[in-house]
Amino acid sequence: MTPVVAQAERLEVAYRQHLVWSDANFRIERGEFVAVIGPNGAGKTTLFRLLLGLIHPTAGHVEVFGAPPRRGNPKIGYVPQTHLVDRDTNVEAVQLVRLGFSGHRWLPNVTPAMFRAERDATEEALRSVGATELAKKSLGAMSGGELQRIFLAEALAGHPELLLLDEPLANLDLRRAGELVELVHGLVESRNVATLLVAHDINPLIRHLDKVIYIANGRVATGLPHEVLTTESLTELYGVPVEVLHDSRGNLVIVGGEDSHADAVA
Amino acid sequence: MTNITWTWWSWNLIGDLRGMLQYEFVRNAFEAGTIIAVLAGIVSYLVVLRRSSFASHALGHIGFSGAAGAVLFAVNPFYGLLVATTVSGSGIALLGQKASHRDVEIGTILAFSLALGLLFLAFYNGYATEAYSILFGEIVGISNAEVTLTLESSIPILIVLGLVYRQLLFASLDEEVADAKGMHTLLLGWIFMMALAVAISIAVTIIGVLLIFALTVTPAAIAIRLAKRPLYAVILAVLIALFATWAGIFIGFYEVEPTSFFIVTIVFAIYVVVRSIPLMVRLKNWTAATVRRAPIPERARPAAPSVDSVPPALRTEGPSAASVEADAS
Repeated sequence: MTPVVAQAERLEVAYRQHLVWSDANFRIERGEFVAVIGPNGAGKTTLFRLLLGLIHPTAGHVEVFGAPPRRGNPKIGYVPQTHLVDRDTNVEAVQLVRLGFSGHRWLPNVTPAMFRAERDATEEALRSVGATELAKKSLGAMSGGELQRIFLAEALAGHPELLLLDEPLANLDLRRAGELVELVHGLVESRNVATLLVAHDINPLIRHLDKVIYIANGRVATGLPHEVLTTESLTELYGVPVEVLHDSRGNLVIVGGEDSHADAVA
Repeated sequence: MTNITWTWWSWNLIGDLRGMLQYEFVRNAFEAGTIIAVLAGIVSYLVVLRRSSFASHALGHIGFSGAAGAVLFAVNPFYGLLVATTVSGSGIALLGQKASHRDVEIGTILAFSLALGLLFLAFYNGYATEAYSILFGEIVGISNAEVTLTLESSIPILIVLGLVYRQLLFASLDEEVADAKGMHTLLLGWIFMMALAVAISIAVTIIGVLLIFALTVTPAAIAIRLAKRPLYAVILAVLIALFATWAGIFIGFYEVEPTSFFIVTIVFAIYVVVRSIPLMVRLKNWTAATVRRAPIPERARPAAPSVDSVPPALRTEGPSAASVEADAS
C-alpha cells in the first residue's frame, strides 16, 4: 500500500468566484505531522474543506488515499474550529466520543457485540488523549483545553488515518497549547496517523513538525520547516519584504507580513 | 367540567381516579394526554439541545392561523394546525440549524400569521369559544376519534425518531463533524422539525398554542439539568411531561379552573425547584469559599481557565468554568 495520504498538484480553489489560493503542491505521507500556517482568512480551513470533499477545486489535481476527496470518508478524523457545544450543553463527554464512533449510523445498537465495539473504541479514544477521568464530566463545564482533548477523542474514535485539526490551539494559553501539541505529536507517533494542524502561530509546534504548508497572499508554500520559514521563501510568498527572526530558544518571529506574528509570541 | 364541582378529591386517589375514569371524556383526556406527553417529552430534548425553543414557540403560533383557517372552512382544526406547522417547519428546517436562532425573521412571520389567524376568526361567527380552545386548549372536549387521530399521527413520528435518534443526536451536538462525515444534516433537521410540528399540532388540543412551551420545551429544560446522558434526559423529560399532564387532568377534574393552567403550573413549579438547586449549592459554597480563598497562593490555585483560554463559542458572561452549573439566564 502506498504511504501517500494526500497529495495535490497545481491545486486552485475559489470561493464564490473569488480566488482563495492557487498553485498548491504538496504530498503528505503516513505518520507525518504537518502544520498549516498563515494569516486569518488565507484559506487554511478551505484546504480542509477540500480534503473533506465539502468543496471542489477549480483547477488542478488532489487525491486523498489515492482517490478524489469524498464527503464522509471514514479514514478522516476532523475537528472543526467552531462547535455547537456551549455552557448549557449538559451532556457528559463520553457521549460525544461515542458518537464519534457510531453517530453516523442510522439504527441503534442491537447486538452485544455492537455495544462492546462502541464501548471499547470510546474508552480507547479517551485513554489515548488522557481524558479517561473526564468521561463523565459535562461538556458545558469543561475548560478550553479539556474540550479540545474530548474533540480529539471524538475524531480518534473512528480510527482515522488522517487527522484534520482546525485551530485547536486558538484560545489556549501557551502552556496548554504546548501540552496539546505534545499530545497530538504523541498520537502521530503512536498511531502513525498523518495529522494536519491549522495554527496561527508556528512556535508551539516547530520542534515536532515534519512539514509546513504556509498559505498567504493567495499562494501556498510547502516543505520542511527550515525551508519554508525563511526570509527568502516567505518574502517570495507574500510578495513584499518579510523577515524571519530567531530568538535564543529557537522561536521565530515573522515580521512584515500582512499579519505580524510578533503578538502571538508574547 | 364546570358542572361537576360538587365532588372534591379525597385521600383515596386511586378510588378518585377509578370514579373519574367512568366518564368517557376523562378517559379520552388521559389517553390523548399520555400520547402527547410521550411525544412532546422526546421532542423537547432535541428542541433544547438544538436551541430551537423559539422556533418551537413560533410553530405553535403559526399553527394558530392554520387552525383558525380550518375552523372557518369547517374542517377539523387539527388538520389546519398540521398543515401550517409542517409547512412553516419545513421552511425553518431548510434554512439550516443556525436559522433557528434567527429570532427576528421567525418573529416577524409569527406576528403576521397570528394576524392572519385573527382575520380568519373575525370571518367566523363562533369566534370566542373556538379561539379560546385553540389558544388555551380544551382537553375535556376530546372525542374518541381525536384520540385515534393523536395516536395515528404520533406513531409514525416515534418510529422515525427511534430510527434516526443517534444521527439526530450527533447532528444536534456537532453539526460540522456530522456534515463532514457525509451525514444529511439538512434532512435530519427537517425530520426534527416534522416531529416538532406533529408534537405541537397534537399538543394544542390539550394545552393550546399559547402554552405550548410548557410541553415542548420546559420538560427537557428541566431534564437536561438533572441528567447528563441523553437517554436518561429523554426518559426524564417524558416522565415530567407525563406527570404534569396526568396530575393536571386529575386536578382539573375537580376544579373550575382550566386543566391547561394546572399542567403548565406543575411544569413551572418543577422548573423553579430544579433551577434553584444550583443557586442553593452556590450559596452554600460561597460561605465556604470566602474562608478558603485567602490562604491559597497565586501559583497554587487550581487551574481555573481564564476567559481567554475558553473558545469564543463557550464564552458567556461568567468568567470561569466553575460557575457553569450556576447558569446564565
